[in-house]
Amino acid sequence: MTIASSSPPSRLPVGGAAEAHSKPRTRRTETGENRGDGRLAALFIAPALLGFVVFLLWPTLRGIYLSFTRFNLLTPAEWVGLDNYVRMVNDPIFWDSLTVTVEYVVINIGVQTVAALAIAVLLQRLTQSAMLRGIVLTPYLMSNVVAGLVWLWILDTQLGIGNEIISAVGVERIPFLADETWAIPTIALINVWRHVGYTALLLFAGLQAIPGDMYEAARVDGASEWRMFWRITMPLLRPVLAVVLIMTVIGSFQVFDTVAVTTAGGPANATNVLQYYIYGSAFGRFQFGYASAMSVALLVVLSAITVLQYRLTRAGRTDLG
Amino acid sequence: MAAVTTTTSTTLRPVRRRFPFGRAAAWTVMGLIVLITLLPFYWILRTALSTNAGLNADPTNPLPVDLTTSGFERALGMQSAEEAVKQGGAGGGLDFWRYLLNSVLVSTLITGCQLFFSAMAAYAFSRLRWRGRDKVFGLFLAGMMVPTIFTLLPNFVLIKQLHLVDSLLGIALPTMFMTPFAVFFLRQFFMNIPQEVEEAALLDGAGKIKIFFRVVLPMASTPIVTLGVLTYITSWNDYFWPLMVSYSDSSRVLTVALAIFRAQTPATGVDWSGLMAATLIAALPMLVLFACFARRIVSSIGFTGIK
Repeated sequence: MTIASSSPPSRLPVGGAAEAHSKPRTRRTETGENRGDGRLAALFIAPALLGFVVFLLWPTLRGIYLSFTRFNLLTPAEWVGLDNYVRMVNDPIFWDSLTVTVEYVVINIGVQTVAALAIAVLLQRLTQSAMLRGIVLTPYLMSNVVAGLVWLWILDTQLGIGNEIISAVGVERIPFLADETWAIPTIALINVWRHVGYTALLLFAGLQAIPGDMYEAARVDGASEWRMFWRITMPLLRPVLAVVLIMTVIGSFQVFDTVAVTTAGGPANATNVLQYYIYGSAFGRFQFGYASAMSVALLVVLSAITVLQYRLTRAGRTDLG
Repeated sequence: MAAVTTTTSTTLRPVRRRFPFGRAAAWTVMGLIVLITLLPFYWILRTALSTNAGLNADPTNPLPVDLTTSGFERALGMQSAEEAVKQGGAGGGLDFWRYLLNSVLVSTLITGCQLFFSAMAAYAFSRLRWRGRDKVFGLFLAGMMVPTIFTLLPNFVLIKQLHLVDSLLGIALPTMFMTPFAVFFLRQFFMNIPQEVEEAALLDGAGKIKIFFRVVLPMASTPIVTLGVLTYITSWNDYFWPLMVSYSDSSRVLTVALAIFRAQTPATGVDWSGLMAATLIAALPMLVLFACFARRIVSSIGFTGIK
């Protein structure tokens, strides 16, 4: 209180300056609308701005700078121009890990989006139960580490209940996380388990915006649920779906935790996703410059996907009128 | 459409329709989803309360085999190394009390500071007038576009230069001041507070700072609490960043400790009982937190979606 009342309108009005000049300035009757709060705003914004500049803006610029250097943390970074990028383009492991990552994203996002959409529609059309929504969200409260470990145990080849059931049915046990072909789909599905509820609730929120009488009208016309889904739900949900897709794809590309605790990139690099390779380059081989270059590549890929998806799905524009 | 009218009349108000196959199928699917969602949690509990020998002998038993708390004792460092090895543990000293405390400290520090500083910034962006406001806010919005993961490496270099590696403060620092999302989220709510409320307070002689603490913060308490719970859960579950920064027990949080626990056990003969007990210790606080705020969180997910 003291600071605020000691900084009355005597100061130069900064905010809506022009407006404030034209009006006679009275003490409190103008309710601060036209007063500039420059000094006070500086005080209020200072901690967040400090955090923004030091831990977001500066690291972003520095990350880009480091990608043009050779840097092992111990000696100062040494400018090497495009060396890291040349090396990256010629590094078969980089391309392998990019392929593995894309494979992961396709499975993860494909399954997750369909499942989340199904859950969201069920939650909307079948029941509005808040309790069910809560249940569906519970896996999201677990860390990726916890989710990874639980499924590692359930899918264990020898003792896991999943494999016990499979062998009881008469099928041969599957070494889900120890097999080159199974590992990536398995990790992708573990992460679907953790994230699908959250994604479903995002879509559910989008569905709530669709007027209920549209469904009523369709029902009167004798439309089936299936038809209503394709003719009402999908077209009207599209903008929300597009935004959710962009978000989840970006998140999906950053997969690391689950890989780190379940397969550690193996077997034979089969799950060496990009972020895991980047981590290994930096903290295993101390090639911070090279790791930064790959991070920049990932950043470019993600930005490109965002722009492309935004264009293709015409996100932001709604059919709701 | 004459042909449709007959079917329409039956679907409109079904007096006594045939067994609703569609609805039954839909409920079955819903039931399956709930089952797949919740069964792993039960399986953690069932395994944690079993002995490793029992798990080996009877892997399909739906109930705990040889009911015991040995797994928890091992995870919490309450068992001698010798006893732990006998029970199928690795015998390496892991003290989950310590990690629990570290996780609580880090998450509390991050959540408390981030909420307060973000709220201050959101107030400046929504209720104060100053030159360059929209430009600075635009910069914050642009910051949302940078994936967190991109800043981790350079931030690690920075934390190392600040000699804060392997400290709780080092883990908390990058997200302690703000996230663009938190600022953006709170600004939305602050802007919706009616001007009249603020004017009334001004007329009563309250300054802008007093208005922030006495009017704006209380009026936005619901979104602040929701954001706080979500921030707490996010920091609690974070693994990648603490993995980079912490090297020893002094700054080890639960997620990192769990991964170490897993890595310590031999590939054959994993200490599943102890591992699941530790997993439960890491997961339980978030389940309790969620149980307290579930309704609020569930209904606000639509807003927080942009995260």
